Amino acid sequence: MAEVILQGATKRFGSTVAVDDVSMEVADGAFVVLLGPTGAGKTTMLRLISGLEKLDSGDIRIGGRSVVGETPAQRDVAMVFQQYSLYPHLTVRENLEFPLRSPILKTPEDQIRRKVGEVAEVLHIAHKLDNKATALSGGEMQRVSIGRALVRDPAVHLMDEPLSSLDAKLRSGLRVELKRIQSSLGATMLYVTHDQIEAMTMATHVGVLDHGRLVQFGTPREIYETPVSLYVASRLGLPRINALPADVFPGAPPGARTIGLRPEHLVHGAGQEGEVTRIEQLGDQTRLHLRLAGHDIVTLTDVHTDLAPGDRLAVAPRNALYFDAAGARIG
Amino acid sequence: MSAWSITEPTSRQKWIAGILVVLYAVITIIPLIWIVATGFKSPADAISYPPKVLFEPTLEGYVNLFTTRTRQTEEYLAANPPQTWYEEIVRQYDMVIAGPSRYGERFVNSVIIGFGSTFLSVFLGTLAAYAFSRFKVPLSDDLLFFILSTRMMPPIAVAIPIFLMFRTLGLSDTHLGMILLYTAVNISLAVWLLKGFMDEIPREYEEAALIDGYTRFQAFRKVVLPQATTGIVATAIFCLIFSWNEYAFAVLLTSGTAQTAPPFIPTIIGVGGQDWPAVAAGATLFLLPVLVFTVFLRKHLLRGITFGAVRK
Repeated sequence: MAEVILQGATKRFGSTVAVDDVSMEVADGAFVVLLGPTGAGKTTMLRLISGLEKLDSGDIRIGGRSVVGETPAQRDVAMVFQQYSLYPHLTVRENLEFPLRSPILKTPEDQIRRKVGEVAEVLHIAHKLDNKATALSGGEMQRVSIGRALVRDPAVHLMDEPLSSLDAKLRSGLRVELKRIQSSLGATMLYVTHDQIEAMTMATHVGVLDHGRLVQFGTPREIYETPVSLYVASRLGLPRINALPADVFPGAPPGARTIGLRPEHLVHGAGQEGEVTRIEQLGDQTRLHLRLAGHDIVTLTDVHTDLAPGDRLAVAPRNALYFDAAGARIG
Repeated sequence: MSAWSITEPTSRQKWIAGILVVLYAVITIIPLIWIVATGFKSPADAISYPPKVLFEPTLEGYVNLFTTRTRQTEEYLAANPPQTWYEEIVRQYDMVIAGPSRYGERFVNSVIIGFGSTFLSVFLGTLAAYAFSRFKVPLSDDLLFFILSTRMMPPIAVAIPIFLMFRTLGLSDTHLGMILLYTAVNISLAVWLLKGFMDEIPREYEEAALIDGYTRFQAFRKVVLPQATTGIVATAIFCLIFSWNEYAFAVLLTSGTAQTAPPFIPTIIGVGGQDWPAVAAGATLFLLPVLVFTVFLRKHLLRGITFGAVRK
């Protein structure tokens, strides 16, 4: 367990800059989620920290020590890959033992047995230990590969969308489990995901990446409530934040080009009138699609609403977010 | 109805296919049976016309294959009655066994050179294929093409330069020389075949091993090699078949110490008349190692041939 510090980390692949001058401090025991669309540089950042890719410039420090010149093995990191992560020629047990038997750790046999047993128990794979790794279901495989990271006690855990290939039920179960394990171990974790529920529920800090640049780093609350830009604002929140021209509603601050409206920023029953185009009943919430001054917006309403398509509804902004022409937030 | 349903062949189509397969199998196996049978015939049966399908088997061919014999005077023959079953066979022709033939040595040479060059080709091929598959080798496409281009003409086309080169370097008629030569011919096949197999192994496996605390070479040994077994075995079989059966270079470059079995077998014909059963016996024994090797590893060979066709 250790803190990870990136200073001006930069990585290019040919002419594309995958990671662009990123500086970030991940405190000891923090659970940092990296958010961003495909190609934003999330996975490359994990690979740079793990040593699978070499930095072009900048510095990476793990536990106060610069690791730039070190091999992945020397860096003492564990990584869970998105796919293809189990050694197909080994059994589940051998897969879990593999890191413990490495020439760097050389764990004694009784410790190996105890550790593997513990982890198998936590991840509910104890009854599959002697199966071939290829004879598992997708969910079991991914649990084993998470297990392979958990048997060790590395300085940092790196996880690259570990839950993305699982079905919804398994994902939510494992999400809670992972968070519990992380906080009980006090492990430092860097976690890449597309899934904003994972980001909001697990993270102590969220880093938002845009074309290789770290555009904002903060707690999930900060990212959600005070995003620095429209780009960051649209990374979190379901339904997504509505972006409308600022002049649709009166009262925009000078320089504002866009108004960002999350469902909680919209007061129903007053202000601009729009037409209901669609009602989506999701069970725990009901989404309301409105056509407002020529723009489509999505918001939430009562679960048991009486509204129907064609009805008219007035809405007004409350504590909305305003963005300038470049997308930066104002105020 | 499943989305990928295949039309079942009718029973008539199955019959026709079956007959064709059996016919093809019979055609290919007849020469083999012929050789094996001839090995157990007497010289008279071997050249009789029409050919004999039923005959009285004898080990004469095998005895002649492994021995050299001389004619002796009647006094000598009377004074020295045959001691063993193989001496008795020879006595039918008023001959005695003078000593062992060179077939044994030639066979051992074939084993040393065939398996030696196969091992070397596969060993070097695996390392080269891994490097081409995983690392940014400068000019890798050109290098791969260059390696392949060594197969674009029949190897025997360069026989004369190789002959002169071997003579200058003192490699003529040596095991080392033949191993190096066969390795040079096989290495292109090995690199290209194995590169295909290596490319199919996702690099995530090695990366996981690197992070799990292993060095690049340990990851290669513990993670890549076990998964490449099929490819390595298939490549080894192809390499062995070539170097085991190679005839032209063996005739040209070996005569004594390092001569392999293929150039030796025809020379049996010249010893004491046209001894076809001994030739057939030599050929039969010569078939066995590759046969055993292939049958033993055929599971891998089949998987090797279809590799890449089926996505997991």
